[in-house]
Amino acid sequence: MFRRAAFMASAAAVIGVAASAYADEPKRGGQLSAIINPEPPILMLGLNQQGPTQAVAGKIYQSLLTYDFDLNPMPSLAREWEVADDGLTYTFHLQEGVTWHDGEAFTAADAVFSLDEFLPETHPRWRQLYRNVASIDAPDDHTLVIELEEPFPAFIMAFETASAPMIPKHLYEGTDYRDNEWNQTPIGTGPFKFEEWNRGSSIHLVRNDDYWKDGKPYLDEIYFEVIPDAASRVTALETQRVHMSRGEDIEFFDVPRVAQLDHLEVTTQGWEMFAPHAWLEFNVREEPISDKRFRQAVMHAIDREFILNNIFFGSGNVATGPISSSTLFYDDNVPEYEYDPDRARELLDEMGLEPDGNGVRTELRLLPIPYGEAWDRLGEYVRQQLIEVGIQTDLEAADAGTWAERVANWDYDMTFNYLYQYGDPAIGVSRSYISDNIQRGTLFTNTMGYENEEVDRLFEEAAREIDPERRQELYTEVQQILVEEVPVGWLIELEFPTIYDVRFENLVTTAIGTNETYDDVYIAE
Amino acid sequence: MAILEFVGRRLFWAIFVILGIVILNFILLRLAPGDPAAIMAGQSGATDPEYIAQLRVQFGLDQPLYMQLLTYIRDVAMLDLGMSGRQQVPVIDLIARRLPATLLLTITAYFLSLGLGVLLGVLAARRVGKWQDSVITVLALLAYATPLFWIGLMLILLFSVTLGWLPAYGMRTTGAGLTGMAYVLDILHHLILPMVTLGLFYMAVYARLARASMLEVADQDYIKTAVAKGLPDGRVTRAHMLRNAVLPVISFAGFQAGHLVGGAVLVETVFAWPGIGRLAFDALLQRDYNVLLGVFLFTAIMVIIFNIITDIIYTLVDPRIEVGR
Repeated sequence: MFRRAAFMASAAAVIGVAASAYADEPKRGGQLSAIINPEPPILMLGLNQQGPTQAVAGKIYQSLLTYDFDLNPMPSLAREWEVADDGLTYTFHLQEGVTWHDGEAFTAADAVFSLDEFLPETHPRWRQLYRNVASIDAPDDHTLVIELEEPFPAFIMAFETASAPMIPKHLYEGTDYRDNEWNQTPIGTGPFKFEEWNRGSSIHLVRNDDYWKDGKPYLDEIYFEVIPDAASRVTALETQRVHMSRGEDIEFFDVPRVAQLDHLEVTTQGWEMFAPHAWLEFNVREEPISDKRFRQAVMHAIDREFILNNIFFGSGNVATGPISSSTLFYDDNVPEYEYDPDRARELLDEMGLEPDGNGVRTELRLLPIPYGEAWDRLGEYVRQQLIEVGIQTDLEAADAGTWAERVANWDYDMTFNYLYQYGDPAIGVSRSYISDNIQRGTLFTNTMGYENEEVDRLFEEAAREIDPERRQELYTEVQQILVEEVPVGWLIELEFPTIYDVRFENLVTTAIGTNETYDDVYIAE
Repeated sequence: MAILEFVGRRLFWAIFVILGIVILNFILLRLAPGDPAAIMAGQSGATDPEYIAQLRVQFGLDQPLYMQLLTYIRDVAMLDLGMSGRQQVPVIDLIARRLPATLLLTITAYFLSLGLGVLLGVLAARRVGKWQDSVITVLALLAYATPLFWIGLMLILLFSVTLGWLPAYGMRTTGAGLTGMAYVLDILHHLILPMVTLGLFYMAVYARLARASMLEVADQDYIKTAVAKGLPDGRVTRAHMLRNAVLPVISFAGFQAGHLVGGAVLVETVFAWPGIGRLAFDALLQRDYNVLLGVFLFTAIMVIIFNIITDIIYTLVDPRIEVGR
């Protein structure tokens, strides 16, 4: 009656071994120093889900599942799980013998509290997923049953640490969550315990000796070092004061050089769950952007291979459409936009946008995203490319606050943005294109103002469809429509480099990369 | 007695100055687009209107602006700088934890630059036109004109990456578990590069000031008299020239002292020094209003105090100057 989807601990072990087939038995002891940038505001994962918070708090808090590189669910605090054939009932069997860092037992009651009370109150992404939940119950201490209102097959992707961390009920129930003193000294079930935070310098985690996996973790302690300057971060890796950088810690142009060093290795794995998808965002309310031929012309005017190789130094792939190739239901059978400035000029001519005496057809504002040097260069490059086909842009400098305010309130013509996809298009992709999600004042909604009833219908239907083949058909169709219409100009599927000291094993073993618990990480001889 | 009265009067007026600064800072900060809730939501990668509304309540931004200002002034009057909305920690704690690092860095750099700068300036003035003067002048000009962060990076490249003598960043060796003397030495070891980087610029300023001022004084009649009556060179330099030439240096030193708290943002960033400057800079980017206002207030108080101290030192160095009404 049930589709079994249980991957026992052996699956995790196989992956661990495959990644380090030549290595010896894991060895106990040692410390890991990793760069953390920017410094997280707090480490309570239920209240804050910024990238750096996830990386640190992912060692302290755990969730029910984690995911392999192909996004198959794997056990974490849930050892087995079943999804009923009608797609409405999710049953999780929890690990036994798990305790919180303060010694209390972790039970299904904690899971119910986390998913049914705490996170719906505090966590915007969980709130979206929770909308469709009919009930969450704990028939016994180690079983959790979630009933959905309607089938929602993407739901199984919703249980990684940052989406649904387990929160200790005995410390939070009945309190003002945001004002709870435990936010400053987080308590989780993870392999590492919070020890000390020297704000501005470092965060210190120590081994949880009572961790529920016998003999793990291998490391004694982890230090996260706050290093605000990009050049100093490179130096820290070069001089071996730190063992690991993550995300955009190291500027893309430094990565090839650092990768040459004997003591360092680079991997771009570990972003499959997030699949950061970078695009040139259009405000489609504005003339002449509202004409899809204009947006197609922009796609033809920009050499995305060049951007990938010379601005992001090969960290990713050229994006073909709205769904990243590492996300489920990707289809590459979509219209292509070759780099072809002549085609771009043709399209603009067709629209009647004739160049004036200076070769300028139209003038627009371009608001680069203030996320570091590569993004500044991207702005300059795109501006240059657009001038070639007669689109003059005014580059507007903005800091993060100004950018967020202006994009959220639709005060831009073109900007850059990148969003995470969270494994399934129903979670991380549709939100950008459905007309229901046009919400002024809120970032990461359909800020472009793109409206298409057919697209709305297809995303809606695909989200509820439990037959994977039918789902694929729906998503293929919506990808083809969107790529034809270019609501945003997809640029790069980013794969951020994790740069690490070669002596460390298992730093990246799953689709959530450096946010993993690190109970498998050890130092090889 | 006159001095006490002077200090009292200045402190009294300072209250109004500080009130003005608080109001002005408050308004200026709110003119910047974006608020901490929007920024925090932006950094979380996913958001909904409810989340932003919750954050605004948490940060106290749901109140009308004038109410927020009145609340803030009332709290400051009771010596409460509020909470950092973002970090959920009292602002006074954040400042108190960062202050020692900044003061250690800026005060050592201050005395290094003041001492060395005046020494070099005097040396250059005594050997004016000779090679020593040229060397000092050129070096001072270079140190003065080169951007701080670049000097910092070059020093890191040389002493940390190439030679491996000095740590490139941070204030202590994380995870070394040092105590006692070893701990102090470890901090001093980390202090050298940022201190020198920060000190170089000010050293150049003092050297140039001292040199120019010494040369001006050297032409005065009383110096000729002193030399004519056969006083030894050293005594003329120290007692007659330097004492009179040092006033502009003191003005500038007073000015610099006022910036001991907030003036090291760049150096703190390059060297990952966990000080106040970085706290303020991060708070600015994140629109963490209370933290920024707290740091501004602190800096303003420092400036006022050091201005008063400078004025008093003037009267001690130069008896012709009196503290007036």
